[in-house]
Amino acid sequence: MASGFQFSEQASAKQLMDVIDQASFALDDVLLFLDTHPCDPSALSYYQYVKDLRKYAVDSYASQYGPLTKDQTAPGNYWSWVTEKWPWEGGYQ
Amino acid sequence: MWLYEKRLQYPVNIKTPNAKMAQFIMSQYGGPDGEIGASMRYLSQRYAMPYKECKALLTDIGTEELAHMEIVAAIIHQLTRDLTLEEIESSGFGPYYIDHATGIWPQAAGGIPFNACEFQSKGDTITDLFEDMAAEQKARSTYDNILRVVKDPDVCDPIRYLREREIVHFQRFGEAARIVQDHLDSKDFYAFNPAFDPTPAVLPAIDQSGNGQPAVPKAAVNAADGADGGMDCCCGCSAGK
Repeated sequence: MASGFQFSEQASAKQLMDVIDQASFALDDVLLFLDTHPCDPSALSYYQYVKDLRKYAVDSYASQYGPLTKDQTAPGNYWSWVTEKWPWEGGYQ
Repeated sequence: MWLYEKRLQYPVNIKTPNAKMAQFIMSQYGGPDGEIGASMRYLSQRYAMPYKECKALLTDIGTEELAHMEIVAAIIHQLTRDLTLEEIESSGFGPYYIDHATGIWPQAAGGIPFNACEFQSKGDTITDLFEDMAAEQKARSTYDNILRVVKDPDVCDPIRYLREREIVHFQRFGEAARIVQDHLDSKDFYAFNPAFDPTPAVLPAIDQSGNGQPAVPKAAVNAADGADGGMDCCCGCSAGK
């Protein structure tokens, strides 16, 4: 992977979700900063860094533990979107 | 268009139900300064917003508020899971239970249903942004009030996160208000409404040169270029044209 990120093959769902939550939060926060500072060079490069990290973590999670979005559903004979817990139910404890 | 992602923006894992706390916290779902009102406020206001940075900001904060709505609903859901009827009756949650059992319904802590009158979309750029800044502070105050009564760290943790986001959003809306004012006439920010008046033709020419020659007001230059133009970038650079 061009971004150079790598997680342990044994990374648990909770470990991957922690990375996803943290990278996604960083992305959400710098997104708003860029809206009002659209030519800030360090924010622009930080956005790309956390975007790549988030994508790597989300792809790793989806391939091992199930889809987080409808476009990550894998082909198969059962609709995996309905099998995982929903976020308001808690989990990863 | 929105794309659902199957996770909360901030995790919620509450182990101990507490109907009384659920009753308090539901105000931040459907109450006067709650997350539904916040999201609807920004997503409704953006259509009248003429400036590109502010259109993006209203869209992105309005979207984040949808995620906050889901966090608050998850807190209420987990605080009301596995309650006994005795707990419901003794906690004061009975009136809500009679109408909704433990379903999620948007109301204030005192039982008043969610109402669109709790937010404004005024179609006036300055008015809307100052409404947004006030709304973020009102939500921050409500989270502070909640944090004074909540003791369970599982509940305090996501509430503190939501409170912090109100402060960040207030900061960003303040920057948006500054960007808008940079497009307007500094001698009279209210001379025209950039969301409605097509040109500032009603404005008298303002002499900014000091040499007695009538100067073209900055606002007129901006409006003539279209609301997104005029200035290349809020920071004055030429990027993002």
